[in-house]
Amino acid sequence: MKHLQKWGPLVGIALIAIALLVVAPAVLSPFRLNNLGKYVCWAIAGVGIGLAWGRGGMLVMGQGVFFGLGGYAMAMHLKLEAAMATGGPDAIPDFMVLYGDGTMPGWWEPFRSGAFTLFAIVALPAVATAILGWAIFKRRVKGAYFAILTQALAVAFATLLIATIKQTGGFNGLNQFTVFFGYNLYDPVNKKMIYSIAAAVLVACLLVVWQLYRSRFGELLVATRDAEERVRFLGHDPANIKLVAFVVAAVMASVGGALFAPITGIISPSDVDATASIFLIAGVALGGRALLLGPALGALAVGYGRTSLSESFPDQWTYFLGLLFIVVILFFPAGLGSVWSQALGRLRSVVRSPAVPKHRTAEPAVDDLEVAR
Amino acid sequence: MDAFTTPLLAGAATGALLLIAALGLALTFGQMGVINMAHGEFLMAGAYTAYLTQQVVTNTDISILVALPVAFLVAGLLGLLLEVAIIQWMYRRPLDTLLVTVGVSLLLQQLAKDVFGAQGDPVHTPGWLDGNVDVFGYHWPYRQMFTIVLALAALGALGALLKYTAYGRQIRATVQNRDLAETMGVSTRTVDRVTFFVGSGLAGIGGVAVSLISGTNPNLGTTYIISAFLVVVAGGLGQLKGTVIAAFAVGIVTAYLTDWYSSSMAQVVTFGLVVVFLQLRPQGLFTVRTRGLA
Repeated sequence: MKHLQKWGPLVGIALIAIALLVVAPAVLSPFRLNNLGKYVCWAIAGVGIGLAWGRGGMLVMGQGVFFGLGGYAMAMHLKLEAAMATGGPDAIPDFMVLYGDGTMPGWWEPFRSGAFTLFAIVALPAVATAILGWAIFKRRVKGAYFAILTQALAVAFATLLIATIKQTGGFNGLNQFTVFFGYNLYDPVNKKMIYSIAAAVLVACLLVVWQLYRSRFGELLVATRDAEERVRFLGHDPANIKLVAFVVAAVMASVGGALFAPITGIISPSDVDATASIFLIAGVALGGRALLLGPALGALAVGYGRTSLSESFPDQWTYFLGLLFIVVILFFPAGLGSVWSQALGRLRSVVRSPAVPKHRTAEPAVDDLEVAR
Repeated sequence: MDAFTTPLLAGAATGALLLIAALGLALTFGQMGVINMAHGEFLMAGAYTAYLTQQVVTNTDISILVALPVAFLVAGLLGLLLEVAIIQWMYRRPLDTLLVTVGVSLLLQQLAKDVFGAQGDPVHTPGWLDGNVDVFGYHWPYRQMFTIVLALAALGALGALLKYTAYGRQIRATVQNRDLAETMGVSTRTVDRVTFFVGSGLAGIGGVAVSLISGTNPNLGTTYIISAFLVVVAGGLGQLKGTVIAAFAVGIVTAYLTDWYSSSMAQVVTFGLVVVFLQLRPQGLFTVRTRGLA
């Protein structure tokens, strides 16, 4: 039993790895596999949200912003690569000729380099969250304040993208990529390769988070979520602990977004705005925010639900998302995954002697917001 | 009219709208710890009520005046329904009320799209709101003044309710110490419902004012809800004066920024300013002194 508790999560990650990396490519058509790749990108962001929200108690309502930072950074490089493939080393993206005066803003220039783009995908969200998180956490802004501020950030970000049509493609976003780091994007073999990269990144993120949860940091993070003042009295600065989780979550979202662009072939403001951010949270809430695998599996399920529902009922998808929130939060606040682990725990205590104290799972305590009186 | 006063007036009108929207939010947040993301959709309900009223009462001059109480009732009852059906099961779980009401907001938005269509419907401005009055050599559009007057009237009515009625006393008692109020015989359940009804009803009235400016459309609530929340956050919880000052400050600052840059840059900069402001006053403009650990 002890071994199962220690190694169980690892077995779970291994099962996900086999399902995504071995089984799925063998049985799914290229179209379906590409769709799965899209859900995997959302799941990568979901794993980060699980870390920040589930373990850290920070409800990030604007994770789409960081998804977008990575997505747009990658898309800018792909756009330049596509332009350079046809028009030589000084070519500029087509939409800038179409909407603008045919000049490229200077801040696009570095994204001609693939190495810089990869660096930016990690560094941009890390620096942004480090500054923002430092400003917010050091002044002990938390709970609902934090949630609303991050959502405002998502609204502002999407508005900014739509307004700057000459620099970012505006409402249409960036699309029509042809080359991915030298590989032809229309070749099914290369599409499969990008899918495999995404799946491998998801597995890697799960491993990172698994290690974090086992570490001293993971314990401090949960302690901060449940009793921030006590952690402070014990000599730790909760702001630093939260900051690390916030930054890691943002980098994961950014990497997810960076893979999303070549897989779907487009990134637009509707992939990063407030609704998109809420959609990311829905998957995490459904799967179980405090569990290791819950956020990833929930994100995959909600992604699948979104595609299959919008295929048959294009407009009714929103009803589904709304109802999902109401039902899950009202009846399963810790997610569907916790129903499973609770049932398992109850079964265990029935099988063993009833005198054994109940096994405590790492479920979030009731989210605590000190309503100022 | 010059470049300085135009944004000031427009900003004050926007601030007035934000004030009506934020009053209900501040009330339910301060009293019950409920974060109602569906509040914007109550604004939308008010706007559609104005539209529907104009279909029935075709005399534009009085239809808006008829719409005001009807919108208050419609939005208030919607709020009451939300409280009874969902919110009452999740008190003391503020972040969860936030998520649940996000779901409700998505449902209501899609419902509005299906019933009224994705395109907005126009609401006709009554003749007596056209034109403007000259004061000190500046033109004051009646429409903007109407919004400001409406907000101040709503504020006054709410203040009177809180100060002079039995319910108001009970609401204040509940805000200050829920358990003690309960012990003294206040039915906090009833008080909560009244608060939710009144707060949502105010949003309905705000919706009528919004409909005069921009007509109706299913995304109307989303436009205002985030700014309204920023107002509540900047103003401090459970403090009407904080909400009032923050509403006009956010409205006017946004108007000037819109004038100088663009409406999207204004949104981004306003967000930045609120974050900077929270650095100075993490609990908002006004806070109630507390012995609790923040």
